[in-house]
Amino acid sequence: MSENTRIVKNATCTFCGCLCDDMELTVDIDENRITKAKNACTLGRAWYAEHVIEDQPAAMIDGKEVSVEAAIEEAAQVLTRAKFPIIYGLSDTTSEAQQEAVAIADYMHGTIDTTTSVCHGPTGMAFQGVGESTMTLGEVKNRADLVIFWGGNPAVSHPRLFTRYAVTTTGMFTPGGKKDRTIVLVDIRKTASEPVANINIRVKPGKDFEMLWALRALVKGKKIDPSIEKVTGVSLEVLQDLVERMKNCRYGVIFFGMGLTMARGRHFNSGALQSLATDLNEFTHFVVKPARGHGNVTGGDNVVSWSTGYPFGVNFNLGYPRFNPGEYTTVDTLSNGDADAAMFIACDPASNFPKAAIEHMKRIPVITLDPKHTMTSSLAHVAFTTSTYGINTGGTVYRMDDVPISLRKAYDSPFPSDEKILTAIKNRVIELTHAKRGASDTREKRKVA
Amino acid sequence: MTETMILIPGRTNEQGTALNKGKFKQEYQTETAMLDINTDEMKRLGLEEGDQVRLSNEVGETVVTCRGKKPEDLPNGVLFIPYGPPTTHLMSGETYGSGMPVSKHMEVTIEKIAVK
Repeated sequence: MSENTRIVKNATCTFCGCLCDDMELTVDIDENRITKAKNACTLGRAWYAEHVIEDQPAAMIDGKEVSVEAAIEEAAQVLTRAKFPIIYGLSDTTSEAQQEAVAIADYMHGTIDTTTSVCHGPTGMAFQGVGESTMTLGEVKNRADLVIFWGGNPAVSHPRLFTRYAVTTTGMFTPGGKKDRTIVLVDIRKTASEPVANINIRVKPGKDFEMLWALRALVKGKKIDPSIEKVTGVSLEVLQDLVERMKNCRYGVIFFGMGLTMARGRHFNSGALQSLATDLNEFTHFVVKPARGHGNVTGGDNVVSWSTGYPFGVNFNLGYPRFNPGEYTTVDTLSNGDADAAMFIACDPASNFPKAAIEHMKRIPVITLDPKHTMTSSLAHVAFTTSTYGINTGGTVYRMDDVPISLRKAYDSPFPSDEKILTAIKNRVIELTHAKRGASDTREKRKVA
Repeated sequence: MTETMILIPGRTNEQGTALNKGKFKQEYQTETAMLDINTDEMKRLGLEEGDQVRLSNEVGETVVTCRGKKPEDLPNGVLFIPYGPPTTHLMSGETYGSGMPVSKHMEVTIEKIAVK
């Protein structure tokens, strides 16, 4: 470590959806790295410590170094030639870059999807059916006296959710911090989050929906048979006690994780939870919030929603947006062999998608944008190394409660940002599609220029 | 001895910090190939800490290393694995019209293949 350092105050950690914006970073200017991240959790410290300037080319085609311009040209050609190109990822990049990605999908008449589809996509589907009671984390910090975590493990996924917003922190109407709150944890197993909870409830695997529906019935004053314990693993007394606490709290919140969305039942589980919150608003103020994982996955939902009207899995084949999870979502377009080209931005589906989807990635031209070498970039026909958002690049990101936050970069990177590469690809795609489709797109080109 | 159990992938602290170092690094690959199973189940299946087991289903198979958990911490019949590449071999591409593959709650057969 050199002596030549500077401090960046109020930087934002973009590792998880908490987007903690109180980081104090010590930057080694000579070595171009962050040597200390004051206020960061274990995940944040690892994020800052390990994101250095990688020793790899800015652009490669089939594993060989090329100029960024040549890679942009090839990427645009691949996307324009394809009949069913897909764009996926976007949860670890800025909303400015996300906007460019949506524009590319629109102009090339392709499909755009974000990592939401394999995260809280089912929750997005449930929102459309039953609505969402919104809140900000600031409200939770200042008002919540009953905090329930369901099917998630924030101690290891969002460590500072406890200390900044929901458990130990003090607020306007919660001056005693944890003493003023009751914390409930619902999970199928013991997790690292258990020690913070006043009440731990172990539900049987795959029986969340049944437990939620029983809670709804009790909230509505219906009788439930004690045999519910055989179904859910949770006794009627425990359910009744929880219902009384929920009805009588001043401000209740349920944070929920992928224990609900990734398991059997998916959007039915999320919808049941949303409906329970709606029911409870007959008695008190009650909200639910999916604890979103990647730094700007919430930004992806916002940008894709305001641009197309739908949150993820959007197809432009007919020239206008259509939403159909199960058809235009990336696991499906790959596993079914529909996609004939793919651009993956700030994501690594080759490390977490189903086998059939990964096999199809090997059969089609893949374009990747990522600060690091990943399993997906190893399959790429065109691979860009980009700068890291929040460390080398500014921009806008959305916290899990849909609050936008401006990023403050710590030091420069020799690599271009996702936004810069995507803007260049978009401009070339417009030229190529214009040439392909003829004069009918002149208006589009003029509008963008 | 083989048996069908439920596999739940999820986040661990080690997995979360190791992925920042790089998915090609040993630390990440070791952590994502660990399988949590309760010690009662291990005894019943003739498994010891560090044994390698094959997990398989109709989609594929993967080999992981057993890590014992207290029976009160992890229910019988449930296995836990940190998120990572091994589970991709067991995950079906069928999303039942949701876009989301069954990524938790996968039914798998567990079978001992080697002793440490």
